Amino acid sequence: MWLADDVAFAYGRQTVLDGISLELQPGRCYGLLGPNGSGKTTLLDLFCRLQTPDRGTLAVQGRSLSAWPVPQLARVQALVPQEFLIRFRFTVREVVEMGRHPHLPRFGSLTADDHALVDSVMAELDIANLASRPVTELSGGEKQRVAVARALVQEPAGLLLDEATSNLDIYHSLTILDVIRKRVTRDGLTVLAALHDLNLAAWFCDELIFLSQGRVVAMGRVEEVLRPEIIGRVYGVEAMVREDDFSRALQVSYRLQEESR
Amino acid sequence: MTTGLGLAVLLLGGMVLAGSMGYLHVPPGEVLDIALSGFRGRTDGLDPVAVTVVREVRFPRIVTAVLVGGILALCGAVFQAILLNPLADPYTLGVSSGAAFGASLVIVLQIFGLVLPELYTVPVFAFLGAVSTLFVVLLLASGDRRLSSTSLILSGVIVAAILSAAIGLLKFLADEQVGIIIFWLMGSLSSASWKDVLLLAVVGAGGLAIVLGQAQPLNIMATGERTAVTLGVQTVRLRWLMLITCSLMTAVCVAVSGIIGFVGLIVPHLLRHSVGPDNRYLLPLCFLGGGLLLLAADTLTRAVLPAEVPIGVLTALIGGPVFCILFRKRQQEQGG
Repeated sequence: MWLADDVAFAYGRQTVLDGISLELQPGRCYGLLGPNGSGKTTLLDLFCRLQTPDRGTLAVQGRSLSAWPVPQLARVQALVPQEFLIRFRFTVREVVEMGRHPHLPRFGSLTADDHALVDSVMAELDIANLASRPVTELSGGEKQRVAVARALVQEPAGLLLDEATSNLDIYHSLTILDVIRKRVTRDGLTVLAALHDLNLAAWFCDELIFLSQGRVVAMGRVEEVLRPEIIGRVYGVEAMVREDDFSRALQVSYRLQEESR
Repeated sequence: MTTGLGLAVLLLGGMVLAGSMGYLHVPPGEVLDIALSGFRGRTDGLDPVAVTVVREVRFPRIVTAVLVGGILALCGAVFQAILLNPLADPYTLGVSSGAAFGASLVIVLQIFGLVLPELYTVPVFAFLGAVSTLFVVLLLASGDRRLSSTSLILSGVIVAAILSAAIGLLKFLADEQVGIIIFWLMGSLSSASWKDVLLLAVVGAGGLAIVLGQAQPLNIMATGERTAVTLGVQTVRLRWLMLITCSLMTAVCVAVSGIIGFVGLIVPHLLRHSVGPDNRYLLPLCFLGGGLLLLAADTLTRAVLPAEVPIGVLTALIGGPVFCILFRKRQQEQGG
């Protein structure tokens, strides 16, 4: 789905990403992990063409990113930002319908199929009852569900999540991620999710990519790379990883390293 | 849809009513006959004086008021959508200051006895002033490759401040004849002709078509740069297209009628409040609503008030307080 080959990017003289090479297979769920400022958001921005790399190449579905016209790219990938902001009092339904925009001809309006899709995605994310409410009046959790619905209505092959549930409580966080996870298993959706919570990542993702100071430190299946020494190298904390029967995922506990306490 | 139909009917009715009002009263029925006679090419049975007054004096002014009001309100709505700022208006990029500077300059040059060919009139200079200011502002703002709204608004403010100082200097140089400049700056529709109508109609129709074609992308802009790009909107290109289209439309309006404030600010606000922010409906409604508002204001100053108050002053005097009320109401609704 996504490919990066020796990608480097700097804001002015501040190097953010350096020598990033990744190959993300379709139908897998990837977690992008790393401390603040490690370049997670920038990497997502590069894949969205919000920034252009200083060096290296990026590709989406085997086609160089710069060869993708922006409107066509929106038919194969979607982004859910950390915080969904909107100016003016658009209703929930109006915002979700915006997700169909990349698929419509100019002056074209939504077909019956489009409306059915919007209805079913809104029901799935439990926001159908909010349809005519202005998004500006919703709570953070509701807004984020609207943002995810908007992205799913785009029917993307790849979904980029930028800390999409970081500001939400555990219940809302899990329900949203569960809806997305089902689409990975059922429809072969590919996900690249920048995450902060290691335990959430262990539960949600198939594979993890650890970034530190703009470089890939480790990459592989969750069981292979979610290891104390890697977490220690990336975050500078002491960690312990064990299998957890209750959440049926790996569980990480951590504390500050002895010498720095 | 019903709002649109209602506004269109009100606007047409208002135009007929405005045509009947004035020093010479012509019954609305006769105004309608005169208007229709234009299509039939015959004026039998109509008062020839009334025909001349309505056709050559009132109608050009009425249609100009409708078109200028409509364009200003439409452009206001577009600027607010593109700059994500409900306080933006068609003059945000310094178009009004540029036009004022161009007009003041040529007026002062004429005061100093410079004789210019007839082609180089005040409106032409106002237009050139507006367009060159627009390009300076865009040049200044485009140092930021993404052309963000902050860069645009700041550039507009900086250039407007410099121009306003320059206009002050010109006023000082004009000395006792400063009144001519001040009168122009306050805006007026009293000299509107069919030539102006033609120009405004062509520019208005072209601009309206371009802007309406981008109504949904303009909606998506409200979700911010990152989301808009990932929804397939070419945000930078859209901003350039909208800013240039609307500023040029505004520049033509300013050249015809001088600076008329508040229409472009208040009409989008009022309508967004009643029909919601969806630009697919909002933009055409703004055109109708702006036309109606400026027609009402111009008819008020032309036919109702004892003396003709400059239209720009009138719109600001009425629009300002209305805006204050709206502002307070919104603060209360949203809890501060």
